[in-house]
Formats: sequence, C-alpha cells, structure tokens
Amino acid sequence: MRDALGSVQSVLVLGGNSEIALAIVDRLVSSRCTKVVLGVRSPASAASSLNRLRSAGVDADTVVFDALDPASHVQAIDSAAERIGDLDMVILAFGVLGEQSDFNVNPIAAAEAARVNFVGAVSSGLAAAAKLRTQGHGTILAITSVAGVRARADNFVYGSTKAGMDAFAQGLGDSLIGSGARCVVVRPGFVHTRMTEGMKPAPFATTPDKIADAVINGLQKNKELIWAPPILSIVFTILRHLPRPLWRKISAG
Amino acid sequence: MHPEPAASRAVPSTSELFGWGRTAPTGADVRRPTSPIELQRALPTSFERGLIARGLGRSYGDAAQNAGGTVIETTDVGAFTIHESDPTSDTVLVTADAGASIDRLLHALVPQGLFVPVTPGTRYVTVGGAIAADIHGKNHHLKGSWCNHVESLHLQLADGSVVEVGPDRDPELFWATAGGMGLTGVILDATFRCPRIGSSQLLVDTDRAADLDAVCELMRSGDHLYDYSVAWIDLMATGKNMGRSVLTRGRFASASEAAPKIGADPYAYKANELVSAPPFMPAGLLNNLSIRAFNELWFRKAPVERRDEIQSIPTFFHPLDMVRGWNRIYGPTGFLQWQFVIPFDATSTLTTIVDEISRSGCTSFLAVLKSFGEGNLGPLSFPAGGWTLALDIPAGISGLGPLLDRLDDLVVGVGGRIYLAKDSRVRPELLPEMYPRLNEWREVRERVDPNRRMMSDLARRLGL
Repeated sequence: MRDALGSVQSVLVLGGNSEIALAIVDRLVSSRCTKVVLGVRSPASAASSLNRLRSAGVDADTVVFDALDPASHVQAIDSAAERIGDLDMVILAFGVLGEQSDFNVNPIAAAEAARVNFVGAVSSGLAAAAKLRTQGHGTILAITSVAGVRARADNFVYGSTKAGMDAFAQGLGDSLIGSGARCVVVRPGFVHTRMTEGMKPAPFATTPDKIADAVINGLQKNKELIWAPPILSIVFTILRHLPRPLWRKISAG
Repeated sequence: MHPEPAASRAVPSTSELFGWGRTAPTGADVRRPTSPIELQRALPTSFERGLIARGLGRSYGDAAQNAGGTVIETTDVGAFTIHESDPTSDTVLVTADAGASIDRLLHALVPQGLFVPVTPGTRYVTVGGAIAADIHGKNHHLKGSWCNHVESLHLQLADGSVVEVGPDRDPELFWATAGGMGLTGVILDATFRCPRIGSSQLLVDTDRAADLDAVCELMRSGDHLYDYSVAWIDLMATGKNMGRSVLTRGRFASASEAAPKIGADPYAYKANELVSAPPFMPAGLLNNLSIRAFNELWFRKAPVERRDEIQSIPTFFHPLDMVRGWNRIYGPTGFLQWQFVIPFDATSTLTTIVDEISRSGCTSFLAVLKSFGEGNLGPLSFPAGGWTLALDIPAGISGLGPLLDRLDDLVVGVGGRIYLAKDSRVRPELLPEMYPRLNEWREVRERVDPNRRMMSDLARRLGL
C-alpha cells in the first residue's frame, strides 16, 4: 500500500532497464518498497539490476515486456501481480529517442519509435489502469518528457510521441478519479543517460538521481504532474507561449 | 452530496475513501445499511478483497478503508438504549448500535446526568470505532480506555455468524476485538457503563509550564487529584522554552458549583459546530511561520495559573469540533498524526524526541501530552502506563519520513509503541516489537477468520 508520505511497498517497472526508473526504484526501496518486478524484453539484460536489488534484501524479479507487442502488456502486468501481489506502483519507463535526421529519411523507423513511445504507452497504460482499478489503489507513474510540451525541428518525432503519451496519461489520470488508482505524469528535461550519450545537453540538464529525487518529493506532496527538475515548470510555461518564429530560433539553439 | 444507501443500489459502485488525514485514498464498494438487520446482511458474497466496517472516518490513516474490497459504513445504524438502573449505583448501562456516535450519545446522556466512560478529543466517533481502536481520553490515568467499560458486544464474524463476547464471555475474542482495528469481525452493538455526573460543567484548573520538565513534574505530582488531565505542548519552541505547555485538568462540577454559570438546569447541554473550514484550502497555508505565530499567541494567552474555572463539555473535551472539517486546513497534501507511548522511566527519551521534533523545524501546532495509567488486556490495545505524545504534521514536509522513522526507533528502543488508529506510515517490521502480544492476537484472528475476509488498507500495509 501507499503510505501517507507517498512511499509504496511494491513496484512494477515497464522498461526495467531505464536509468531514471532504476534511480526511482532505489529510492522507493530505501523507504518502504520490498517487492520489485522489472518488465524487460530480455530478462538477461536486467540481471545486474536484479542482483543489486536482491543483495539489498529486495524480493526482485523480471517479467517479459515488449513495448511493441501490446499482447505482452496484459500478460506482463498479470504475471507481475501473480508474483508480488498488489502493484502499488507501475512505472511506464520504456521509450526510444532516435535521431531526427534518421527519421527524416526513414519513415518506417519513425513509425516504430511512435509505436514504442506512444502506442506502447496506450496499451500498457490501459492494462495497468484496469489492474489498479480492480485493486482499488495504485499509482501509474508515466515518464514523458518536456520535449512533448512543445515540439521542435530537431526532435519532433520523439517530442510528438511524448506529447501523445503525456496527453494520454493526463486523460488516464482524470478517468481514474474516484477509483482509488491514479496516474502521475513525470516530465523530465534533458537527462544524462545512455539514451542521450553524445548529445549536446540542453539547459537545466540533469541526472537520473536528480530526477528520482524530484519524483519522490512530488509523490510525497501528492502531485499529479511532476516537472524534473522542478524549475522546468516555470521555464516551459514561458517557452510554451513564445511566438513560433522566436521558438524556432531558440529551440534551434 | 451523499451517496445512495448501498442497500437500494443494485450494482455496487466504487467510492474513494480516506482517513481524517486525507492522505492515500483508495476505492471500495461502500455499503450503507440503515438498520441492524441490513447491517447483518451487508456482508458481501465475494470476499476476494475483504471487508471492513467504517464509522465516522476519524482514524487518521487507512484503518477504515479497504482498496478494491467492501466497506460497510455503520453510521446510519445508531440507535441506543439507556437501561433502568439503581439510582445509587455509580454507573448506568447503555446499549448502543455500532454506528451510534458519542455526539448523539451525549445529547441524550448529559440531560439525564450521565456521561460517556471515555471521550477522545472529538465527539464524532462511533461506538464501533471506539471499540475497534480502544480509544482513550483525558481520564485514562484513572479510568483506562473505552473497552475497560464494555460489558459485552455483538460481533458478526467473517462467516456471517453473530457472537456475543465480553470480558467474561470468550474473553480472548473480546480483547482481540478491543483495539483490533475491526479485523476480528463487524461490531454490531455494545453494552457499556456510563458514569453519573453532577452537572454538564467542569471545574478546570489551568497551569502554564515553562518547559517539558516542568509539565511532566506537574503531571507526575498532581494528575491523581484530577479526573481529567491533558497538556497542550508547543513543539515549535526551542532552547529553554522547549516543551513549554499549557496543562488543563478538571472534574465535573456539582449542580451547585455549576449554578452560577448555567442557572437552574445543571444538565443543560449544547454542542454545536460554530464554523466550517472552507472546502478548498491552498497548499502551504499552515507553514512554519504561521504555526509558530499561532503557538506563541496560544501560549501567551493562557493564564500562568488559574483555578476552578467553569467550562462546558465541548470547550473542555472537544474544542476542535467547533470547526467542522478542520482537517481540510492542511490543504491537498493532507497531514498525519504521530502518537506514541513510552514508559515513565524513559522520560529522557521523551525529552530527546521533543528536542528532535522542535529542532527539526517540523511544523506542528496541535500536540498533546498526557500520562497514561496502566493498559488493559487487549493485545493490540494502544495505551500502556507512561507518557503519550500526539502531534499533527503536514504530510508534505521534506525529510519527514526519515525523521519519523528515527523517532519510531527511539520509541521501540525503550519498549514503547505507536497508535494504530493514528498510523499511516510506520515500518511494518516494527509492529511485533511495539505489540509483543501480536501473535496472541493473530491466533484469535486465525480462529475466527482463517481466510482473512476482514481486511483493511492498514492490515495490508502493516501485514497484520
């Protein structure tokens, strides 16, 4: 169960190799969380995370989850629940970034990125929501991106998939009102991870640990939307309203 | 907006419930029987996620909610009978349905020269809740907790059967139900002893204590002279003011003592809510500064020493009930209450805890200190001989979790415990240390509910 300070006792991560999600899990585990399931395409890829969690005394396991295969989503959620009981939290942490320049010449690759980031979030988000409704409690933590707040020329495929996911997650959250379950949206800015390796960092670039701290703080304060770092809430309130010519100039950086 | 009574609802619908602290709500099929017969028939046909009874929802945490399961609200089943008695006896027997509130009881009892055996700081609790939490009040040092005054009760077990239990009839089940947080079955009604009073007024002595040592000494030396005693403590005062308190103690006045205040009818009783907290409060209204200012004002306006002041029952016992929905002042993040008891010989730990809280800058403007008498036989009953401190804290304060975890360790370290009816965040692994007779309780529960049909979020969270 979630407690009064936002701590949970069990968590399922869809996209179980996400550095941001694993940093969040570390913090959950240091509070009340004793059960963790990592949903990954190949269980072998999560072996080291699993070992680390287990050696910390956590009841940890993996389930097979493939964002591109909606049929696996219900299955992953059911087997996680069979394994650890109630899912206090489900983190939607999978996603691909891709290169806009590749997408420009390879629409099929772009479509696949959209299927992972958006379509995958839709089917897994709804599958998780159905489970949490039956439980009468639980939090879906949907990790979107500030890139979805306003698309820009050099990553609009990624940005638009995250915009779709963000809108979906907000609507999902509203649809869950009164059920005991809820959906919290996390909008990270630029984060130094494997995903962004070699890229030029955006202003307010941060680390998975900082993101995780902001998430834990937001959960304790019962937020529905968590900007990470929090300053981005102000930054993007302004950026969102800039005239387009000015936005083009700034975002081309 | 009130939900339709469940009895007239063909399709169960989900409602979100939370405790008084307004944290961590969960959804359940909420049923509202309107008669004792309906209450007995309200057990669900499927127990996949269990059942818990709920009264007026004054438990701070998740004791009276049941995610994905069934919650039976008993508040529409609240009839009671005041039994005939020998006028020379000290007490009168009252039989009340589980949903009867202390508020409604008092409106009937006080005009007849009677009072409830125990009242907490609010009169909006039900008899069922009073038993399930084995509630205590300002008279614990002399009279113990609610279940000390219960003669018998009817309990509907998870299999649907109804049993009558009491201290002399299946005492194991009775005492497992006392403080058992509703997990032994649905309490249907109870018969308990109510004391006679001389008037509806109290004679109150007030003492202002400069620090923690002073207030403890006042209580140690003088509590036995008063029927009721409690101290309000300023947990935001630091340094030489640490633990400064206002101690109020009293007893019911006789008719002649009360006459100058209330005139001819010694048992006149009026208890109204004066104002309502606004439905929406901005976050952060109660902050370090505003609470510090409030506490300062409240301490300074208290007399250094006052004797024999006449106070009404609501003023003395239920001051917060004057503001309906005062729990909303903490805004959307909600708040929690942390209450512990530690033995008298651990006074230095009390000092350490008060010191830690006051230095943490944790905003708390409602804190209560009291000395408990001995506990009773309930394995999960909270009170035990020693100091008890209860404080309200806004849930959003950063660092609150680790602070309270540290303080829990101090409490457990000296053989103390925290109060389950207030809890919303304790580490489950501490329970067996806090309640060493937990296994005895579990054995009784195993006997009456082997399939764990009685279930609450508290039970899930703590692995009860």
